[in-house]
Amino acid sequence: MLYFVLRRIVLLVPVVIGLTVIMFAIARILPGDPVALAAGPNATQAEIEALAREFGLDQPIWTQYFNYVAGLVQGDLGTSLLTRRPVAADIAAYLPATLELVLAAMFIAVAVGIPLGLVTAVWRNRWPDYLSQVAAIGAISMPRFFLGLLLQLCFAMWLMWLPLGGRLPIIVIPPPFVTGFLTIDTLIAGDLHAFTTALRHLAMPAIAMALSPLATIMRMMRASTIEVLQQDYVTTARALGLPRRKIILKYVARNAVSATLTVVGLYFGWLLGGTVLVETVFDWPGLGLYATKAIISQDMMPVIGVALVIGLLFVIANLIIDVLYGVINPKVRYT
Amino acid sequence: MSEITEATLDEPLAPRQDKLRRAFFRFRQSRLSMLGAGLVAVVVFFTIFGTVLAPYPEHVAGGVATSTRFEPPSSAHPFGTNELGQDVLSLVMAGTTVSVLAGFGVVLIGSVIGTLFGAVAGFVGGWTDEVLMRFTDLTLTIPSLILAMAIAAALGPGFTNMVIAISLSWWPGYARLVRGEVLAAREEVYVTAARAIGANPGRILFRHILPNIVSPIIVKMSLDMGFAILTVAGLGFIGIGVRPPTPEWGTLLSLSRSYMPDYWWTAMAPGMAMFLAVFGFNLLGDGLRDILDPKARR
Repeated sequence: MLYFVLRRIVLLVPVVIGLTVIMFAIARILPGDPVALAAGPNATQAEIEALAREFGLDQPIWTQYFNYVAGLVQGDLGTSLLTRRPVAADIAAYLPATLELVLAAMFIAVAVGIPLGLVTAVWRNRWPDYLSQVAAIGAISMPRFFLGLLLQLCFAMWLMWLPLGGRLPIIVIPPPFVTGFLTIDTLIAGDLHAFTTALRHLAMPAIAMALSPLATIMRMMRASTIEVLQQDYVTTARALGLPRRKIILKYVARNAVSATLTVVGLYFGWLLGGTVLVETVFDWPGLGLYATKAIISQDMMPVIGVALVIGLLFVIANLIIDVLYGVINPKVRYT
Repeated sequence: MSEITEATLDEPLAPRQDKLRRAFFRFRQSRLSMLGAGLVAVVVFFTIFGTVLAPYPEHVAGGVATSTRFEPPSSAHPFGTNELGQDVLSLVMAGTTVSVLAGFGVVLIGSVIGTLFGAVAGFVGGWTDEVLMRFTDLTLTIPSLILAMAIAAALGPGFTNMVIAISLSWWPGYARLVRGEVLAAREEVYVTAARAIGANPGRILFRHILPNIVSPIIVKMSLDMGFAILTVAGLGFIGIGVRPPTPEWGTLLSLSRSYMPDYWWTAMAPGMAMFLAVFGFNLLGDGLRDILDPKARR
């Protein structure tokens, strides 16, 4: 088990190298002159060249790449061409917001999706099952940004139950930084008012993010539950006269969940990279908004940094899922 | 009932035709698949004729009518008018062309690149397989939306650039799918037979193996159409992609954000159009998977 985890961690090194090579290639091979863009419309040729020299962009691409990797080893992700701020510090500031959003969405998706999948499988081919199948395809088809807009229109503008966007209004004093998750930090600080405010801000973006993974998880859970229900040991348990509730909750659910877990891991990475749209709708100050701003001004260092961090988190999430398999299903062996 | 039996007895069908007929029958049995096919038919219709049939073609071309700004839905403008006085229905109808063609372009290019990658990797095997698939896995770890956005921003605005950008982040799924299918098909007897006759590898791969694994690729393409349309609209929503006055659903929705909640109708038509188109393609894809790819049937 320990060997398995260690080996997977060592395998992260080629992933990092590969990711940086690909992103660097995209940043440099594609047309577009980010330096001219950053220098502004009135910059002279000499000013543009000076800026390029300052950031080492006049050097051959492989020198630039090795400089970048040398910095990477020390935790330096380069400097933004536009704001001149270190990318690593920016990412550290924006990452918690995105992680909080993704984890909240994932929590909703798993907490609702898995029981729903189980229930619809048990009620297979009855009307709640049909209804939920159609609803699931509908949920997957719903553009997240349109759903976000509808939620805003309904709950923020008409009913005025929830705030329109952002993480915390300026009048609320943010809690001291512990985890970067405002919902947790406000609790640690014991500030209940700030906690409910943070939670109310989190609600709509998290729901908008959660709907599509919720539907997919529900469908996966339903499919694997149906498969497990046909296994011999379920028939045996039934023959032995075990209560139906116990069979389903203790034997079926546990076995069906492990197949669904894979989807959870895949979705985690997908959500991390897909917060862009929801963050734009709700002005959620996370990595997605940060990356969007950088992309529009072709400021490539932050983009490479964000892609690298999200890629790594994706790989780590899948590693955690692989370990969880073993916890849920003792038959799984790590080699 | 008796009629069907007689017909089959009278003229026995070739096995392939029979299979197709049975598949079509099963497809028709599923109401959801039929609903999906219906929605897709409507979407395809508007993709071809949307611009021509738009009630206010001058608005589609970029014309403005400042005297009719922000009119709520009425009989003259079923979905109201926007900030430039343009008829929202006309813009959404014409927008179908851009959104659906872009989605189709992405799926087509992505599947061709991915199929080539996966087919070569699976067929050649060894080091080629290792290198190609590691590259595929790496591309999968890069967040696809951010990758597409970065490429699109660097290439500059425009329809073709947007399609290329999204396609370049779209192919890895196909590469993995096709590689798996090719690995399985490589061991089939017909491949051994073709090899024994002396067919060259290229011919075996493209004339014998690929035609036999085309079903799962088509299923994936139909399931992907909806997501491709969503991605195109997402790029438009952020402001990367086609620029106004070219009508595109995501761009239309993004423009309407500034006029909420008073002029909410400007968002409804593009949003609902997106939802219905994607819903149709997803239902159709699900139905196609059930008949073409029984292994994946759930």
